[in-house]
Amino acid sequence: MTTEALTLPVRQARQKPSRLWQGNTGPVLVVVLAVVVLWYVAAIAMNWQGVTDAFERAGEQRSTGEILLATLEQERPMLPAPHQILIELKKTVIDTPVTSRRNLLFHGWVTLSSTLLGFALGSLLGVVLAVLIIHVKTLERSLMPWIISSQTIPILAIAPIIIVVLGSIGITGLFPKAIISAYLCFFPITISMVKGLTSPDIMQRDLMRTYSASRTQTFWKLRLPASLPYLFAGLKVAIAISLVGAIVGELPTGAQAGLGARLLAGSYYGQTIQIWAALFGAAILASSLVAIVSLGERIVNRRMGVRAA
Amino acid sequence: MSAARRAMILTPLAALGCLYALILVHRPAVAGQAGPAFWILVAVLWVAAGLALGGLSHLRLRNPGARRLVGLSVPVLFGAFLFFLWEVIVVGAGVPSVLMPAPSSIASRFAASLPVLRDDFVQTFMKSVLSGYMIGCLSGFAVAIIADRIPFLRRGLLPLGNFVSALPVIGIAPIMVMWFGFDWPSKAAVVVVMTFFPMLINTVAGLAAAGRLERDLMHSYAAGYWTSLIKLRLPVALPFIFNALKINSTLALIGAIVAEFFGTPIVGMGFRISIEVARMALDMVWAEIALAAIAGSAFYGIIALVERAATFWHPSYRT
Repeated sequence: MTTEALTLPVRQARQKPSRLWQGNTGPVLVVVLAVVVLWYVAAIAMNWQGVTDAFERAGEQRSTGEILLATLEQERPMLPAPHQILIELKKTVIDTPVTSRRNLLFHGWVTLSSTLLGFALGSLLGVVLAVLIIHVKTLERSLMPWIISSQTIPILAIAPIIIVVLGSIGITGLFPKAIISAYLCFFPITISMVKGLTSPDIMQRDLMRTYSASRTQTFWKLRLPASLPYLFAGLKVAIAISLVGAIVGELPTGAQAGLGARLLAGSYYGQTIQIWAALFGAAILASSLVAIVSLGERIVNRRMGVRAA
Repeated sequence: MSAARRAMILTPLAALGCLYALILVHRPAVAGQAGPAFWILVAVLWVAAGLALGGLSHLRLRNPGARRLVGLSVPVLFGAFLFFLWEVIVVGAGVPSVLMPAPSSIASRFAASLPVLRDDFVQTFMKSVLSGYMIGCLSGFAVAIIADRIPFLRRGLLPLGNFVSALPVIGIAPIMVMWFGFDWPSKAAVVVVMTFFPMLINTVAGLAAAGRLERDLMHSYAAGYWTSLIKLRLPVALPFIFNALKINSTLALIGAIVAEFFGTPIVGMGFRISIEVARMALDMVWAEIALAAIAGSAFYGIIALVERAATFWHPSYRT
């Protein structure tokens, strides 16, 4: 009693500053703001040399202020300023028709479709493997170590082979990229699914036995529902690397379409703003995909009656 | 038949059969034009190997040494059998080497081009990966310590770090190539950015892992910030830090190889892969991938060994 009475006023005093700073929103905003400011400073610093050189070559004398402004409006800067990237995004997303090859949405869609196909294939493979692994002991003993050690090798190095080999037997376009994505994203799903399917403890399994539930019933009524939180944790990782796989899969085909192709074309022609715009596009795509999976997680959790932790 | 008998009888039999099939398939009369009899033999071997592995993995041994041996031999035999199938199918059916080279031809190519592989390894692994990995991990660690000291920074950085680690960071490779040139510094820069955030997130999580009780104990010893950081919180954070180191070991190799797809001097694993794929010399590409796999696993293995030595007190290593 006494200790509580003593500590209470202190706690209240601590809560006085506005609620914004209590949560994460305030700090995150400050850090983001700091990043943007640093970005501008870095853009000025990194582009300075190029701008002064350009003016010198043109034989013009400019004041510091004019050089400063020019560093933020170069056509091919070392580091484009954030507003230049936003303008480029607006230009390539809104101002050009969606069907055009110059539209970033077109490329984003190409990447997104192979990401989603790969994600679907990989999730299916991952879940099936996990179900097999927990039911067949031989597979668990023989396959599981290989699945784990397959992650210590840089799998993405195989991407060019898959693209070229499938291309040489006539399979091009969406499917080879999707295979790379699927290959990358089955792993987190298998691992988390195995963990989830084996998560019901001995008490719960004993309860199912006292109900004289069959293996199938135990699977559907106990193991599968128990595995869902783990599954979603795996899915979130998987969708992110599925996108990475799709982007890298677009590199060896030599810049045809997709966000990876935009990156490659931008690096060929020194179009830094285009590269950054493609990067921003990829970042937006990645974060919205993860957000969609999280939303699905929340809906499923609510339908299953999980209280928000 | 009990599992033990089945394993004892079938394992050597299947191994001998596989050896025989391997010798058979490389005979000129069989290679590329294997008849149905050969494929039946392979199918029988497949069933036998499956049964043998099943028997092995259901063995119940009392002796812990033997149990470990069997536990290790099951995945090894399984992998060996997969390589056997790959070899037999590719050679037996005469799959053209531009589609899928046989393991034997990859191995011979590997042995024949050791100098090239060594140069690529030095360029990609020793220069780009190792330097980038060190800088990335150390700076991630340092920022995590600072963020842990300043709660405001921690609350601002952590959500951002989580956000960034879901992004396709590899896409910065062309920018880094533009900034730092074609040689290894640009690849190292990609590796730095890729490894920074996992280290930051894991270290911050690890520093928060020390329990209330332990902290109170340190407090009652009148230990200052640094003492309790070094004596309590860093040791507790070690499993998290090693987790990040292990994640990063793979990420670093991927980052360096993929960054080389965007332009390199004429040496490096990623460069060799992209150039040999274009020339359809797939055995060389596979040799390079084998090298990457060996380097990646060895890197991971070394970190895992160091982890074992450093966190021997952790429940997951206690027996």
